[in-house]
Amino acid sequence: MRNNSEHDPMRTVPYRIRRVRRDTADTFTLELEPVTNQQPFHFAPGQFNMIYVFGVGEIPISISGDPAVTSALVHTTRSVGTVTKAMSQLKRGDVVGVRGPFGTPWPILAAEGNDVVLVAGGIGLAPLRPALYAILARRERYGKVVLLYGARSPEDILYRDELRHWRAQFDLDVYVTVDRATSQWRGNVGVVTTLTSRAPFDPLNTMAFVCGPEVMMRLTALELQRRGVAADQIFVSMERNMKCAVGFCGHCQFGPMFVCRDGPVFPYSRVKDWLGVWEI
Amino acid sequence: METLERILSEHPFLKGLAPEYIQLIVGCAANVRFEAGQFIFREGEEANQFYVIRQGRVALSMFTPERGPIVIETLGEGDILGWSWLVPPYHWRFNAQAMELTRAIALDGKCLRGKCESDHDLGFELLKRFAHIIEQRLQATRLQLLDVYGARS
Repeated sequence: MRNNSEHDPMRTVPYRIRRVRRDTADTFTLELEPVTNQQPFHFAPGQFNMIYVFGVGEIPISISGDPAVTSALVHTTRSVGTVTKAMSQLKRGDVVGVRGPFGTPWPILAAEGNDVVLVAGGIGLAPLRPALYAILARRERYGKVVLLYGARSPEDILYRDELRHWRAQFDLDVYVTVDRATSQWRGNVGVVTTLTSRAPFDPLNTMAFVCGPEVMMRLTALELQRRGVAADQIFVSMERNMKCAVGFCGHCQFGPMFVCRDGPVFPYSRVKDWLGVWEI
Repeated sequence: METLERILSEHPFLKGLAPEYIQLIVGCAANVRFEAGQFIFREGEEANQFYVIRQGRVALSMFTPERGPIVIETLGEGDILGWSWLVPPYHWRFNAQAMELTRAIALDGKCLRGKCESDHDLGFELLKRFAHIIEQRLQATRLQLLDVYGARS
């Protein structure tokens, strides 16, 4: 795959912020365009970039845009740490550094011919969105496609307009649930794992992509297995303290693996034993 | 033809139960329908039934004077609503309100309790199945309490 750090993965390329969108109270989306003329940016759904806020620091953020669109880079993140808080203050026209894309993608091609269940928790919808774009672009190659999305509260739902649009599609089943709600909310209440038992898919012919907090992924994988989905048909996107993104620094070591180099997307069967290790 | 017996015997909750037990249970069953907004039961009332939801959606809520009703869970097609009929003092712990037109099979808890007392094998079978539901709800509640989507600070 061609990337803009092809010859030197440690080289940061300047990108200008074309658009900033506040998604929820603590999440925002940056749309970036290259400062200089350069090759179109290609990535596979599930991959991430290292984004550098000059003078503050660099962090890994999954790419959340459409992989078919190579002219702009889209990243959605939550304002939680020093870098993301500084990033949330940036405005249109400001410049950040980008290197990437890095990491393993969702197995979009391998999923062809299967039902596909995407299970997202919280901001985990962002790394799954490119996978959904890619699947919808070749919708005829897949069986049932189901998106299960759990958020903390109605106010924390990401990509509201797109969810409405997806829900209106006849060939996509979208279920949204929240953990907390007042009686004004007319949708589902309950954790996202409860949706797996209701969703319409054939567990023997299903590939599941799961992204969210680790505990949510663990419990979702158990529910999916309880429904009959094999562990090696379930894929999770891991998150660890990634610094170099190329497996040199060791910060993101996860058992015998490095999340930046061997992940972030792993078959659940490959990581499930490590997910229960406290000291890891 | 869709008989109560067939619907209940094919429902995941009762699947695999001996036919004679299904017949016993059907003796305590009735089709019911709730309009959108209608309360199915309210917190504190005597719990004499449980429901197999066939269609629609039900919100379980608790009323707080400060914040009004707080929805803690929604249930839908295929779900079991209510297990307070099984545990003394047989009072509902939450409110259940139909969010849309909801069709269900109501099972008379008093009737079932009597049958379970006189046939402990049936009682044990039902208790095992309810224990599974209670375990799932407890796990889901714990996951909700973990607030896993909240920002780490």
